[in-house]
Amino acid sequence: MGIEGVGARVARKEDKRFITGGGRYVDDMVVPGMKHAVFVRSPHAHAQIKKIDVKKAQAMPGVVGVLTGKELKADGIGNLICGWMIHSKDGTPMKMGAWSPLAVDKVRYVGDAVVIVIADTKGQARDAAEAVEITYKELKAVVDATKAIQPGAPQVHAEAENNLIFDWELGDGKATDAAIRSAAHVTRMKIVNNRLVPNAMEPRAALGHYDKAEDHYTCWTTSQNPHVARLVMSAFYNVAPENKLRVIAPDVGGGFGSKIYIYPEEIVCLWASKKTGVPVKWVADRTESFLSDAHGRDHVSTVEMAFDTDNRITGLKVDTIANLGAYMSLFSSCVPTYLYATLLSGQYNIPAIHANVRAVYTNTAPVDAYRGAGRPEATYVLERMMETAARELGVSPAELRRRNFITSFPHQTPVIMAYDAGDYNASLDAAMKAADYAGFTKRRADAAKQGRLRGIGMSCYIEACGLAPSSAVGSLGAGVGLWESAEVRVNAVGTIEVLTGSHSHGQGHETTFAQLVTQRFGVPIDSVSIVHGDTDKVQMGMGTYGSRSGAVGMSAIVKALDKVEAKAKKIAAHLLEADEGDIVIENGEVKVAGTDKSLPWFQVALAAYTAHNLPAGMEPGLKETAFYDPSNFTFPAGCYICEVEIDPETGLTEIIQFVAADDFGNIINPMIVEGQVHGGIAQGVGQALLEGAHYDSSGQLLTASYMDYTMPRAGDLPSFKVSTSNTPCPGNPLGVKGCGEAGAIGSPPAVINAITDALGVVDIPMPASPATVWATIRATKH
Amino acid sequence: MYSVNYHRASSVADAAKLLKNGDAKLLSGGMTLIPAMKTRLAAPSDLVDVSRLKDLQGVKVSGKTITIGAATTHYDVSTDEKLKKACPALAHMASLIGDPAVRHKGTIGGSIANNDPAADYPAALLALGATIITNKREIGADKFFKGLFETALKEGEIITAVSFTAPTKAAYQKFRNPASRYAIVGVFVTKGKDGVRVAVTGAGEDGVFRCKEIEAALAKNFDAAALDGLKVPAKELMSDIHASADYRANLIAVMAKRAVAAANA
Repeated sequence: MGIEGVGARVARKEDKRFITGGGRYVDDMVVPGMKHAVFVRSPHAHAQIKKIDVKKAQAMPGVVGVLTGKELKADGIGNLICGWMIHSKDGTPMKMGAWSPLAVDKVRYVGDAVVIVIADTKGQARDAAEAVEITYKELKAVVDATKAIQPGAPQVHAEAENNLIFDWELGDGKATDAAIRSAAHVTRMKIVNNRLVPNAMEPRAALGHYDKAEDHYTCWTTSQNPHVARLVMSAFYNVAPENKLRVIAPDVGGGFGSKIYIYPEEIVCLWASKKTGVPVKWVADRTESFLSDAHGRDHVSTVEMAFDTDNRITGLKVDTIANLGAYMSLFSSCVPTYLYATLLSGQYNIPAIHANVRAVYTNTAPVDAYRGAGRPEATYVLERMMETAARELGVSPAELRRRNFITSFPHQTPVIMAYDAGDYNASLDAAMKAADYAGFTKRRADAAKQGRLRGIGMSCYIEACGLAPSSAVGSLGAGVGLWESAEVRVNAVGTIEVLTGSHSHGQGHETTFAQLVTQRFGVPIDSVSIVHGDTDKVQMGMGTYGSRSGAVGMSAIVKALDKVEAKAKKIAAHLLEADEGDIVIENGEVKVAGTDKSLPWFQVALAAYTAHNLPAGMEPGLKETAFYDPSNFTFPAGCYICEVEIDPETGLTEIIQFVAADDFGNIINPMIVEGQVHGGIAQGVGQALLEGAHYDSSGQLLTASYMDYTMPRAGDLPSFKVSTSNTPCPGNPLGVKGCGEAGAIGSPPAVINAITDALGVVDIPMPASPATVWATIRATKH
Repeated sequence: MYSVNYHRASSVADAAKLLKNGDAKLLSGGMTLIPAMKTRLAAPSDLVDVSRLKDLQGVKVSGKTITIGAATTHYDVSTDEKLKKACPALAHMASLIGDPAVRHKGTIGGSIANNDPAADYPAALLALGATIITNKREIGADKFFKGLFETALKEGEIITAVSFTAPTKAAYQKFRNPASRYAIVGVFVTKGKDGVRVAVTGAGEDGVFRCKEIEAALAKNFDAAALDGLKVPAKELMSDIHASADYRANLIAVMAKRAVAAANA
């Protein structure tokens, strides 16, 4: 490892522009003649649209257009799609209702977009939006998925009877039932995973520009995957053919999944730009984000876990109701199915697993992938069950886990996944040591003397990153392949551009990806640029989500680097009159091994472009493209331990320490990995202690601003103790796994296990706010 | 924000005159009014800014009497050396409001005129038995705070200062709403010439109020132990997604206990 190569703690190249206000976000984009849009949104959770009168609004100062869903439909703009087909266990396809980018006959959640108002200034657009008159006939709403599937509940879409989108299963039901019947002990719990609002720092935004002269559209948007956005907008929404549509996702201020999907606003802005003849920009305000960004989680599960007399797990049965909100968002169907139930084996050897998942429409914002996407829900189910089982069986939580750990690899679980590598005892040992687990009993006694309740909890998570291979996900219903592409362009002077289909919205790709190149050719990191986020610059790519950019995106870069290296060596061998096999590239020099013959890197590049003296038949240039389709998922895993202290008088929980021992495979930049873990844990602790989207029974979102939705703050968190004990992933050339979501996946059960340990209760709902903790203490006393 | 006419008053009298414009509102730190305008929940025709009037700024301590100008910022109250000696509890309370940006803009007069049911100052002034001085009259705190966002102020009346006698003992304890960081319950306890006064913010359905049960217990014995086992009735307390009335009732007793302990420390 050099100071800038693989394994080095290189400071993030992109941070200078971010922290000095130099980032360029969608809202920073200005196009001549650009106007500003405001969406008129439904104030009702469920209502028929009787009449829309835009006359007054059209006459307001500065207004250039007030457009409705009827006009959108008349122009042939398509409904939003869901990109993953799920079939119910009876073989029927999922029952999907229409999602028009602007609601036409009916609104189905508070925040549903109905009308777009475009004016010279945002203030004028807001004024005019207030003048749009919409007559609604209110209908009864349902927000709770367990109630939505009851007979007689309000019907969100006619297509889905009793609001049931699909009733899906995975695993062997008979074998699992048999295991439970013959078990020595069965642990049973109802487990609720609370609904979260993603809250990226930058709200969603879109700027649509139709260029009449070129008959060409450009869309700047806050996207994690601009190529997928272009594909979907072109193929399904009929906005424009792909060759006439450029999608640019410039600097994007966080996504956490919420910016994977193609939302109504970018479609409408593009269409409206052609319709009105002006570029149209829309930027969400914060409450709009709360209302209309895809939310995360919202599962209710009934779980049974069977054990034999040796405390070995013999079966796991999970029945989950997943709230998908009012419409099926782009990947909503795969989150509670293939990203969830396939992880229910966790780190454990479980011979029989059966999961049943019912996905349900409600009058709430659409729910889709949010940092972790299905894996946090699976981990929460399993690790809460393990904790409760350990208490019921009277064994230590660590011992119960060790007894059931998978220790030989590869390991085929009963729920599709084939784990390739891991060492779960190593991460558990490391975490227990770092947490001074042995000293906890004394710390608890000391706290008790101060009248405070101490608890400790652990969570041994596994997750799956880099969904793959494409043929497998295709057979499971995915509408796209899940490979990644890369292009490595060596310029004539030896500087290097890497074009990647991954997208960076905070992950630090501009640094880590460049480290790969520095490592390979020994060139300074400043001579390497990472280009991403623009469909006109970068060949087709799949974007960034599911912690895939390392395992998949970087692997594609490695493949392209291999090709560049091979060609550079051929050129060098020719120029140095040496054997190709003797050429080595080190420290910016191309050398003949064992001799003093060498060329500076840039001369090889220059030779490739002057083409004055290339090997016979070789094409000029030094630029290679690669597509990489992984052979398997990769499986990061780890152990998290949380220690809390609770003030019983107020219910306030303080996290005394949080330990993370992760296995991420080989690591490119440890500092960036630690940053990812820190952020992930903050989000996980947020879910466990602070965050929760709360709708009232009429479907109004009560937590629609930071006055009511609690984001984690620095003061809510301790200094994390993070470490890694790594087993390289055998499935990709770098041996890397993924680290982007682990923190959010592993931490919620660790926190709740600690709190329930401190309180001596079986369960407590998330978020375990002071009020909830206090009420739990009081209920226990009574 | 809707369009609005902005006026910077040159004196209190000038402000009173400007307030007669349309649906004019007085602007001090603007920590509540400006966000309400930005979200279009408030739409005054005119703003009359009094935040720069020197007459309305500063803390004066004269013997036991403390007078604070209405446009004095929370930061200035929290850091005033004279006040920190004469009534450290109030300086401490001001240091707990919002964040540094809020404390450098928000003012005592703005806070009490708004009378947010979760604001800190109403509890302090009620517990201190303060007098609210306006351009027209003087109003006792017991009569000034009238309910949620309601005060005894009449149309066009401008708070110029608040004044109170330094208590012998006082302290403020607050338990914050995890999201907004406003008080879910804040309790200001004083012991002074009028005996023990305990005022509670954040909890009452009708805004700030004095807690008779706690005052009675502390009048007998101004010690945290006097509140052991004391139950504050949950009736007439707020209940929302952050805290039930029962939880608030519990917190009132807990915060009062901690405030008494701090006052005695």
